[in-house]
Amino acid sequence: MADMKVYFDNNATTPLHPEVKKEMIAAMEMFGNPSSMHSYGREARANVENARRQVADFIGATEREIIFVGSGSEANNTVLSLFVCGSSQCIPGSKMRSSIITTKIEHPCVLETSECLGHRGVRVKYLDVDQYGKVDLDQLAGMLGDDVGLVSIMMANNEIGTLQDIETIAKMVHASGALMHTDAVQAVGKVPVDVRSLGVDFLTISAHKIYGPKGIGALFVKKGVPYCPLIRGGHQELGRRAGTENTLGILGLGKAVEMRALEMPGEHERLLELKNVLRNGIENSIDDIHFNGHPTDSLASTLNVSFTGVEGEAILLYLDLEGIAVSTGSACASGSLDPSHVLLATGVDAELAHGSIRFSMGRQSTRQEVDYILNVLPKIIERIRNMSTAYIKGGLHAASR
Amino acid sequence: MLQAGDWAYSETLKEHFMNPKNILQGENTDEFDGVGMEGNLQCGDQMMVVIKVDKEKEVITDCQWKTYGCASAIASTSILSEMVKGRTLDQAFHISPKEVAVALGGLPDHKIHCSVLGDKALRAAINNYYTRNGQEDKVKQEQAKVICQCMSITDHDIEDAVLEGARTYFELQERTKLGTVCGQCKDEAEVLLEKFKHIHFGV
Repeated sequence: MADMKVYFDNNATTPLHPEVKKEMIAAMEMFGNPSSMHSYGREARANVENARRQVADFIGATEREIIFVGSGSEANNTVLSLFVCGSSQCIPGSKMRSSIITTKIEHPCVLETSECLGHRGVRVKYLDVDQYGKVDLDQLAGMLGDDVGLVSIMMANNEIGTLQDIETIAKMVHASGALMHTDAVQAVGKVPVDVRSLGVDFLTISAHKIYGPKGIGALFVKKGVPYCPLIRGGHQELGRRAGTENTLGILGLGKAVEMRALEMPGEHERLLELKNVLRNGIENSIDDIHFNGHPTDSLASTLNVSFTGVEGEAILLYLDLEGIAVSTGSACASGSLDPSHVLLATGVDAELAHGSIRFSMGRQSTRQEVDYILNVLPKIIERIRNMSTAYIKGGLHAASR
Repeated sequence: MLQAGDWAYSETLKEHFMNPKNILQGENTDEFDGVGMEGNLQCGDQMMVVIKVDKEKEVITDCQWKTYGCASAIASTSILSEMVKGRTLDQAFHISPKEVAVALGGLPDHKIHCSVLGDKALRAAINNYYTRNGQEDKVKQEQAKVICQCMSITDHDIEDAVLEGARTYFELQERTKLGTVCGQCKDEAEVLLEKFKHIHFGV
């Protein structure tokens, strides 16, 4: 039925890079346990350590600073959970600094973990963001103090693409004596990330957002920074994450960052151009829209737009029927009844949050696909608005009568 | 490997979503005999249902609608607008969300909420008809009282859940999804749970 298949939901997940797929197919023959001393084990160990070097090189870290974990969510849980330890044996001084600071626009794996830590006695402070999704640095300065042990702020937001100034934030955080974590799942492989210039203590990476496999991520832990494992009971990852290594996933992640290093140059400009075409095309063909996120400090791949008088799940499913895959901040598509917490935090009202659509492009996105969306989308919005109680162009809508 | 299903929901729902029936064209509702509006935009769904009535027989001859809502809201109101034509006002008033869900070929639990708005707006339109025609005595107040605003769960739903086996607040939540969003109704729901347990089972 649909003319084309267009995948514009790359912030949710990405297809495997063909080179990653090739690497992983070959790696399926390699079944040895990296902990074994025999040749099978040594082969697996050599490949795991090679992947570790690739990941470390990609973000300017050393190999010993990289811990392979099961997901970005696991990495984030691990870092936050360091600060709930009842004793100060693992993290010296952590009892003295039992508050953490995060933002209102983090991924649920940070927000829900923070909430849980709150129940366990940690004081959690949430930073506001402005209309573009930028954290308030003055507010941060006011919150920092000798009670704060950790600050966790995402580098790029998954819903609106807004980038934070992690380098400046990390300096403020360190000046106050706290540790700095950034969830860089949406940033690594899309914008240059160097842990030394960012100055962070912890940084989270996920493979499946950058054309690698699902079920594998990496946590950067700066040398000398206190650490305590979330999953205990094994010597793997130098005792920092128990469980036999996911060799297939680790090799996939290694190859994914290798390919990112090759393909990132030039990609930013290309995607930015596509995003401008998409943005201008929507602006020129559809009335009463609102773009969400920062106009410039944003991922080139991500465009988030709200359509007045239209519910997002309806847009998503009509687009799906035309072969176009996107996501929405509407409650109806999420299984909860609340619209996007990120959009609400930027001050967008609930109606516009329900009517938001996120387009997230990737390495495979083309101008032809953008043109196809621009051909299909205005008709869909018009169609839904024609049956909407909440929309009349240039006038009062039925609901207000 | 398994392939993706053709659609997120049932085929019937898909058909009504792709080709919704009886959408009110334009904004003029003057030619209709009853107008009902329910829901609000902040919650992400709003529904307007308008009806024409054969005043002799008190039978609905036409039913049209508009919505700010998701696929389930669109499809359920589309199918409802077909179902009510030819029914008496009294029959139409008593169509339950369950009937609509069955006609749609089933709805996932978390989508029931989206589908109840159509028949609420229909009942509002029927009451509006009675009011306009000097038959205020026939206006049927919602006999049921909504306890959980977020999930539209009434005292009747709680009673049904108790009759179907719910004995604890957790079991009540499992069956009705009551109190799973903001949680403010917990105290009131617990009182009703105890009351219906006592009435029906003497515990």
